[in-house]
Amino acid sequence: MSAASEHAEAKVPLWNNPRVRALVSQTLLIAVLAWAFWTIFQNTVHNLEQRKIASGFGFLSTTAGFGINQVLFLEYTEASSYGKAFLAGLLNTLVLSFIGIIFATILGFIIGIMRLSHNWVISKLAAGYVEFFRNIPLLLQIFVWYNVVLKPLPGPRQSLEVAGVFINNRGVYSPKPLFTDAWWFVVFAFIAGLIGTWAVARWARKRQMETGQPFPVGWTALGLIIGLPLATYFIVSLVAGNPVHFDYPELKGFNYRGGMRIIPEFVAMLLALSIYTAAFIGEIVRAGIQAVSHGQTEAALALGLTRGQMLRLVVIPQAMRVIIPPLTSQYLNLTKNSSLAVAIAYPDLVAVGGTILNQTGQAIEIIGLWMLIYLSLSLATSAFMNWYNAKMRLVER
Amino acid sequence: MTEKQHKISFYRTEMLPPKPPPPATTGVLGWMRENLFSNWWNTILTFIGLYIIWLIVSNFVQFAILDAVWEGKDRNACLPKNGVEVGACWAFVRARFNQFMFGFYPVAEQWRVNLTYLVGIILLIPMLIPSVPWKRLNGILLLVAFPIFAYLMLYGAPSLNLPIVETTRWGGLLLTLVIAITGIVTSLPLGVLLALGRQSKMPVVRLVSIIFIEFWRGVPLITVLFMSSVMLPLFLPEGVTLDKVVRPLVGVALFSAAYMAEVVRGGLQAIPKGQYEGAMALGLTYWQMMRLVILPQALKMVIPGIVNTFIGLFKDTSLVSIIGLMDLLGIVQSALADAKWSTPTTAPTAYLFLALTYWFFCFGMSRYSIFMENYLHTGHKR
Repeated sequence: MSAASEHAEAKVPLWNNPRVRALVSQTLLIAVLAWAFWTIFQNTVHNLEQRKIASGFGFLSTTAGFGINQVLFLEYTEASSYGKAFLAGLLNTLVLSFIGIIFATILGFIIGIMRLSHNWVISKLAAGYVEFFRNIPLLLQIFVWYNVVLKPLPGPRQSLEVAGVFINNRGVYSPKPLFTDAWWFVVFAFIAGLIGTWAVARWARKRQMETGQPFPVGWTALGLIIGLPLATYFIVSLVAGNPVHFDYPELKGFNYRGGMRIIPEFVAMLLALSIYTAAFIGEIVRAGIQAVSHGQTEAALALGLTRGQMLRLVVIPQAMRVIIPPLTSQYLNLTKNSSLAVAIAYPDLVAVGGTILNQTGQAIEIIGLWMLIYLSLSLATSAFMNWYNAKMRLVER
Repeated sequence: MTEKQHKISFYRTEMLPPKPPPPATTGVLGWMRENLFSNWWNTILTFIGLYIIWLIVSNFVQFAILDAVWEGKDRNACLPKNGVEVGACWAFVRARFNQFMFGFYPVAEQWRVNLTYLVGIILLIPMLIPSVPWKRLNGILLLVAFPIFAYLMLYGAPSLNLPIVETTRWGGLLLTLVIAITGIVTSLPLGVLLALGRQSKMPVVRLVSIIFIEFWRGVPLITVLFMSSVMLPLFLPEGVTLDKVVRPLVGVALFSAAYMAEVVRGGLQAIPKGQYEGAMALGLTYWQMMRLVILPQALKMVIPGIVNTFIGLFKDTSLVSIIGLMDLLGIVQSALADAKWSTPTTAPTAYLFLALTYWFFCFGMSRYSIFMENYLHTGHKR
């Protein structure tokens, strides 16, 4: 440091030195925050003692004593623990969000493309859809699907039947596939098909880079992923008998027994979540496709690409770069919005946790668990989408 | 000579009259041919679209207007007549309209709510129209004087001869608007502070802001509301209690502040560095620079995003019905449980009424944001 700058620094009064000011204000901030947290902690401990509420996560291993009307992948009974109930709720949340994301994406892309249609009626129809569904609270839409559309369905005895699937106000009953051990051959064939497709795609890309010869990867993939398991299925059927049996739902007394049941709460949540989110995704898709400049499509057509090739090779890859970041936040929104399930008692994380909260009164632990789980779901989803985004990003020199 | 030249010239010497445009591309017919029936596939799509629109419109008109029941004292009016279901049971909405608007606010005191609405609208409209002057005075009145006035009017002040109306009696649209407007008014400044904090050069301030923003954005609002209604009382010292309506307000305000912060950050990042450097070169302090140079530009740029956050906030107020508050959605839900009005069409009618009300507010806001976006379409945008 030169003598001149030392001299200049010495002349600045202490309270005007930016470094000192930054240090002081940050220390103050830390002090205030520490004080606030300490006070909250003290108050909470005191209040919990006053109200004689236990603390800690010991309650997770005590018996829950309540039933859950949709348990997936788990053996849950009323005698199971609170921890297991929580897990069942988490799985229900995950399944709902996952299927909801798939439906919302498909519907959203359809809406977005309809919105860009040259056909005036179709584009206005899509615009109307977007403006209608995105300006009405999701909770209201859930109530409408549940109370207005699904509740008035006929009772079990007058069920609507569509191709062996029974629909009534207690849910959707469909045949449940039961698999014998021989089914594993089909599963292995499917996995082999996936691996084969990956290998073929890799080889085809390499060959195209070197020789310019394209290879029909799409058809090969179709053959490997669908044809191979199908062929295996027929061979296994011939050798060891049909590996799949169906358990058909039957009307016994006042309700259906057997088969697979999808509860109406799930259907209502799925419809509301995917239709609501699709309105937002539609706008994102439209903006993304519009962001690809017209010169790109003109250049693609001038190169002699067909319209399909142009969309697949030129427009969509570029549009995806614009679409993915906001799409990620919509997926996160959908996952977080699935917590509204508590309003119609679909047993998701929040609904099950709410029941536990009422029984044990351990608000802090349960709300803490909720927040921890949703935060990690959010972080996991955004990490995955960031990875995908990085893969799709424009490769620059 | 010249005349001869004229005679032998092989090009025209005068303009032809303009030909009429080909009928196939102009006018209503041309437009229809271009946009609706350009090929057989398009034609099929057009007819499918028209059929869907016809289905929606005709069913809606049939249900909401033609078959609707407008008058009646109880469920008998809206029961199926001769085995034929009637349409919308507007009689139910009319009977409960006062409750839907004011909750259990005493009827004798409802003029106070209406007066508050009136003053609010009178202050808001000139604020929204860009060409009306005295924006600063208007803003101070709206953001400082009006909340105090509204609090005194709605909650009451015995010294002003206004009897106190407990917040437990507030409900319906009144409560929805109170939560939404309080959330909007508090989340904007908080969000700006957080956004500035996230951009700050001081590591502790930045870290605290990032943790705060990412935490609130990562959790669903319903858990925040549970937290504010169940956990907040545990956090407070003994003897101090928070009003039941204020608790979710705290949650909603913090929650939307985090979203607002991200919107404002977008604006801050879009300001060219030269603006910061220019302001600093002029010798402005940090707060002067932000207040006079950066924020006016940044906020202007992100008005659509801010309004979108407001719309989201307005829709999210319906969630307070889950923790037992009687907002518009909550009070309609509880009215539906009344056996006096239990008919097959009561619920659809009530939900239709709710949907139209929420839609009116949200759509209005989104139209305003589009208007502002076009109005401000100057400067940075190319």
